[in-house]
Amino acid sequence: MIRVIAFRLLQFPLVLAVIYLTTFMLVWVVPGSPFGRTERKLDPIAEQAMKERFHADSWKSFLAYYPIQVITKGDFGRSMQYQEWSVADIIKVSLPVSVTLGIFALTIGTIFGVMIGTLAAVNRGGLFDWLSLTIALIGISIPSFVIAALLLATFTGRLGLFPIGGWGGFREMVLPALALSLAPLAYIARLTRVSMLDVLGSDFVRTARAKGLSRFTVIWKHCLRNACLPVLSYLGPAAAATFVGSFVVETVFSIPGLGQHFVNSVKNRDQTLILGTVMIYSVFLLTFNLLVDIAYSFIDPRIDITAKASS
Amino acid sequence: MTVLDQPILADAVQAPPDTPDGLFTRIRRSRRIRFSFAVLMLILLSSLLTMPLTLRSDHPWGYNNQYALPVRVGPSFSASALWCGSDTLGRSLIGRCLLGGAASLAIGLAAAVISVTLGVAVGLVAGYRGGWIDALLMRSVDILYGLPYLLLVILFKIAFEKPLSLLVRSESAANFIVLFTAIGIVSWLTMARVVRGQVLFLRSLPFIEACKATGLGQWRIFTRHLLPNLVGPIVVYATLIVPSAILQESFLSFLGIGIQPPLPTWGSLAADGLSPALNPIVSHWWMLVFPCALLAVTLLALNFLGDGLRDLFDPKAEAAKI
Repeated sequence: MIRVIAFRLLQFPLVLAVIYLTTFMLVWVVPGSPFGRTERKLDPIAEQAMKERFHADSWKSFLAYYPIQVITKGDFGRSMQYQEWSVADIIKVSLPVSVTLGIFALTIGTIFGVMIGTLAAVNRGGLFDWLSLTIALIGISIPSFVIAALLLATFTGRLGLFPIGGWGGFREMVLPALALSLAPLAYIARLTRVSMLDVLGSDFVRTARAKGLSRFTVIWKHCLRNACLPVLSYLGPAAAATFVGSFVVETVFSIPGLGQHFVNSVKNRDQTLILGTVMIYSVFLLTFNLLVDIAYSFIDPRIDITAKASS
Repeated sequence: MTVLDQPILADAVQAPPDTPDGLFTRIRRSRRIRFSFAVLMLILLSSLLTMPLTLRSDHPWGYNNQYALPVRVGPSFSASALWCGSDTLGRSLIGRCLLGGAASLAIGLAAAVISVTLGVAVGLVAGYRGGWIDALLMRSVDILYGLPYLLLVILFKIAFEKPLSLLVRSESAANFIVLFTAIGIVSWLTMARVVRGQVLFLRSLPFIEACKATGLGQWRIFTRHLLPNLVGPIVVYATLIVPSAILQESFLSFLGIGIQPPLPTWGSLAADGLSPALNPIVSHWWMLVFPCALLAVTLLALNFLGDGLRDLFDPKAEAAKI
């Protein structure tokens, strides 16, 4: 077990390096320069000087400078768009916001998703099953920007229950977290329902019922543990995606999170910031996938991640 | 009656039938599939058949016939062009919604075709050949999974839109092609994994061994023996890719990098209708509600169709129905 984890951890730098190089390649192949995107056209000489200052005049000088900085100092350099900011500072300011919001949203999504999915499975074919599944489907059939804006329009303004936007206390967090949690909630509810139905049909459930355990105990203790495995494997990538922030929610609720930088950096061809954000996302993704694999073997002792790694 | 209350021997009676009926009979018998298919056909046909009207510039339903109607009028029955109201530029919203439907569905279908082709090809080759080819292809899939998909879509659009517009001599056509290609190219990864897993399983079965032993060529084994067994999962995932592609396009429209105006899609109509509809003083709700409702109904039908097909094709889901 520990050997497998250590092996996976050793792989991390290699995978990250490949992702770094792939992203770098993609960014360099695409035409367009991060400089001179303002109203006034930049003088070619000034642009050249700017490029040299950012080691962006050729791919060789870029690769000769930045990767070494990243490895030795963990420094991604300055942002080419917001030139007084370093990429590390931008991430340091905005990542905590996104992670806080993401944890809140994912907790809501997981708890309610598993609950609704379980209830739907237990009431299979009943009104609650039908209703919850339809609502879950509608939840993933409406664009997220519409849902976020509708939440905003309903609960602020005349009702005045929550502030319109911004970032600060708990009250500012409720609506964006709700908006962010709906998609995971819908997916988790669907996943839980399907796997719960699978588990409910199995023999050990019948045995547990036959020996006189109450329905609640059977569902809570015996079924849920097995039924949450697919949810767990969904949660890995979902956590990585929610924790780095969502562009839509951050735009609609004007939250200073990291999600906006994913879109804006690519639009501005801000090469250093793109690499920084992509690396953060990759680190999150790799970490959560590893955590999910470890959690798998804790929840279901039959699953042996040692076997998976060797094949 | 719930699963837990059922008599112990229930599943012996209700064990999944060994598919005595043909596939089409079962598809026709499923109410869910029939209903969602009918809804989809209704929407598809109405937006396709009205295209001669909505594409015209002098008809009141024309998608870009500006100031043909008074600006921002609510829905009314006084004129057919006003059934859904008019937008900020005095264009008929029903015309725009219908053409937007054609555009959205076209993007969804084209993206699905691209991602199915790519995903099936990669999955087949990786699963069947195995060895270093499999390792190479699957590690590339892993790495592409590790990149945020927006990065890929936006970079792809930036890189190919200009050259393509020179090639096809029309900016909106180039925009359209690049958009669905970009969405298709980022959504084949799951398909590749599913197909590879299925091929790995099929390859271990004796009948493929038998094919090889009888000296069949690889191409023939691929097309005549492997592909037919893969149709189920492929169809299911393809129907689920269409709604996600349409949703992705709406997200790109929200970012302002989707279809370029004046050509509408449901996503861009919803994004454009957002601020007029949420205007706290006078709400022009119809500009958001109609495109959104059409989008939601279509995606709902597509998701229902995908779920229904999955239940039919997936024997495990069938067993869970007990």
